[in-house]
Order: sequence, then structure tokens, then C-alpha cells
Amino acid sequence: MDNAILRVKDLNVKFDGEEVFIGLSFNVDEGEVLAILGPNGAGKTTLLKALLGIVPYEGTVEWREGVKVGYVPQRLPFIKDVPLSVKEFFRLKNASENEAIEILKSIGLGEEILGKKIGDLSSGQFQRILIGWALASDPNVLLFDEPLAGIDIGGQESVYNLLEKLKEAKNLTILFVTHELSVVYRLADRVLCLNKRMLCMGAPKEKLTPEAISNLYASPIKFYQHKHQEGEIS
Amino acid sequence: MSQFLLSLLSGIFIGGAAGFLGSLMLPKRMSLVAGPLGHLALPGIALALIYGFDISLGAFPFVILGIFLIWLFERKTKLPAEALTAVVFATGVAVAFFFLPIEQAEAALVGDISSVHLGDAVFAIAICVAISFVVEIIYPKMTLINVSEDIAKSQKINVGKYNLVYLLLIALIVALGVKVVGGLLTAAIVAIPAVTSRNLAKSLAQYKFLALIFGILSSAVGIFLSQFTSLPAGPLIIVSSAFLFLISIFLKR
Repeated sequence: MDNAILRVKDLNVKFDGEEVFIGLSFNVDEGEVLAILGPNGAGKTTLLKALLGIVPYEGTVEWREGVKVGYVPQRLPFIKDVPLSVKEFFRLKNASENEAIEILKSIGLGEEILGKKIGDLSSGQFQRILIGWALASDPNVLLFDEPLAGIDIGGQESVYNLLEKLKEAKNLTILFVTHELSVVYRLADRVLCLNKRMLCMGAPKEKLTPEAISNLYASPIKFYQHKHQEGEIS
Repeated sequence: MSQFLLSLLSGIFIGGAAGFLGSLMLPKRMSLVAGPLGHLALPGIALALIYGFDISLGAFPFVILGIFLIWLFERKTKLPAEALTAVVFATGVAVAFFFLPIEQAEAALVGDISSVHLGDAVFAIAICVAISFVVEIIYPKMTLINVSEDIAKSQKINVGKYNLVYLLLIALIVALGVKVVGGLLTAAIVAIPAVTSRNLAKSLAQYKFLALIFGILSSAVGIFLSQFTSLPAGPLIIVSSAFLFLISIFLKR
């Protein structure tokens, strides 16, 4: 009765000899929504990248066989350098026009947006397009980096609704990174508190005690002070 | 075939391929790279002029050597690539002036397409067709890499392999470009058509196509003007290209 779609064991990532995070071990079940919560510089984005296999790491990251992962990065600063229309953006992923229209419908956008330039979209529209783009290859798992960052308030609500809908409509497993508590309460089944190492993991209402939160957002943990404690973690 | 037609055809193909490839270099912020690469091809150009072989053949190994040296120094020193590029290309120019025959300096510096031989022209046109073909093939994936390397990698795209092919294409177009615009002006033939196109295009398809067209157009106009003014074609091509860019500023919405 093992429903795990992802198993992570003893995951460490180092950049130029400096540890980004150490000793992460956790499983994610199919259909689960997991929030990865932590302050800036806690290693959240790097964790997603390690799960995607696009940064080198030590330890094991094991996806269930045949799983397809869609990825929505936090920012795409260079996309405005390319005069891409929405239609052409979808075509970069080999999505046909019909498929793109279907997806647009499911993310609450009309097909007239296909002819628009990506650079001309509002932040909320752009974020939904990115989510739609990640959906284009029929993934089982979505990895989101700060799905609500940098979006105006009106746009935030629409992205929220979309994520809630996706969670219910498809049997999607969603992992998202955030530094905002409200998003965690609203969307996540479980939360992984990360600040260079795992500080808590479980249902947000149980695990996110005031104490746990202040602990998580306390000044960045320095490894050299804690190395002797490594055995106590987990 | 008349000499003029031969020059015109070579120029058009090289200009078109350069504009097309340049449209990939602009979003990567690499438009300027073709400049230093052209400069450090100068020793090769000088050798070709002395011994009378195709200057593209002389230039190509030096461009490749330059790319390799910059890559190697960057790995060894961790210094910024642009500073290392300055070291390598200035050295290339300096060395070239030790043995560049002075009466042929103009051809080396700003190009001379007017006396291209039939064999060289056929060779250049074939390479240009091949370059454009490869650019078209790698275009969607390169665009994705330009937008986000992370997304590209998450799609299991071998970013290193694509970048290598792309660099090789740049080396080829620089080696061909020096024939038309010389060692000094190669940055312009990849950069200007792309920025002009960027001003006007509303989609990627238009952007690619217009960059190609502006590359062709400026070469054609430059070579025609050269015929009537007896000024060198290379600088005229660049000036024509810049003129198109100026027009595009006013048409931009």
C-alpha cells in the first residue's frame, strides 16, 4: 500500500563547496499537494531544481517510473527578449493549436490570447499561461516556484482558483515553493519547512505552530554551529 | 557568370544567414561576440591574403582557436569572459599587423567581396544554406534555452550540445562574414538585422523571417551601391543595414 510518487533520501546540494541544504529525506504521495516553505535563501528553489535533476546533488531522488514532471519557474526575465506569441510559446513544447486552446479554456483564458505577444500580458495572465504551458505535456506532477510572487492582487486570486481547480480536477501531484504562509494554509495538504535543512514536515495546521514558524524564519542557520547535531535531525 | 553577380550572390547568402543566426544571438545577449571573433580571425585573413587562398578558410581555424582559448582561460582563471575576450582578440589583431601586407589591409579590415572566385562563392553559398538549415532546426529548442535554461533542462534538452552547435555556427558565419565585411565589422552583420527585425516583429515567425530579409537586403543594397560609387562594399552594407534600423525605429509601435 505504498502510494509514494517521489522518494527523497539524504539529499544534499552544494554550490562551490558551500552547502545549500543538507540531509533532506521525505516522500510525496500521489495526488498530494506539498508546500515547501521557508525564508529567502533557504534553498527552496534549489530543492526543486534538484528534484528536477537540473542541479548536481548527493543522495537519492527517485520518481515513480513513467512519471512526467512539469515545471513552472519563478521568473522568466528573458522571455521578453524574444517576440513570442502565446501560440508560438505553446508550439515550443510541440503543443498543437487545439491542445493549446483546450488548456487555455481549463485555465480560464479565451483563445483570442493566442495571438498576443507574451511581453504584452499582465502578470496574472502570464503566470496562468506558464501554468498552462507546464500542463501541455500531460504531466502527473507539477513543480511550482513561487506561483503567486510578483502578481497583482486580482491576478493572485485567479491563480489561486486555478491551482485549487487543478488540484481537484486532475489527479495531479503538486509541489510548490513559497515564503507566504497564507498560500500554504489555503492549498497544501502537507508542508515541508526548509531552512538549509528540514525543520518540520506534516499537515500545516498541526506543524505550523507559532514556535515552528519563528524557528523557521530565524536568521539563516549556520552549518558549522550545528554539525554535531546532524544525528538528531529527522 | 559575371563577377558582379557572383559577388552579389555571395553577399546575399552570407548576409541572410548572418541575419538569421543573429536573431538567435540577440536574446542570448551575444550579438557583440561576432566582433572580437572577427578581429581575432585577422591573422588567418592575413595568411590567406599572402598565400592567395580563400580568406574564410584562413579565418575559420583562428576563430575556433579563439573560442577555445576564451573557454579555456575562463575555466582556468574564473575571470569574466568579456575581459578574456579582450585579451584574446586584441592579441589576434596585434599579431596580424606583424605580417599583414599593408596594400591589402583594406580587404582584411573591411572585406572585399568584389573579387570573389567562382569556387569560393559556391563554397560560401553552400555553407550558408547549411547554416540556415541548422539554425532552422535548432531554433525552437534554442529559443526555449534563451527563455529559460532551467525549463529547457527540465524538458531533458541537452543544453550543452545545443550551445556547442550554436557556437560552431557563429564561428562559421564569422569566417564567412570576414569575406564580405572584413575582420572589423562582423558584429554588425549579425547584430543589426536582428535588432531591426526586433523593432518590427509581432511574433517569433516574423522576427526570424525579417532578420533574414534585412540581412539579405542590406547586403544587396551595399553591393549595388559599391558598384556605382567604387566605395568598398563592406562598409556600405553596414551603413545600409544601419539605415534600415533607423527607419525601423520610426515604424516601431
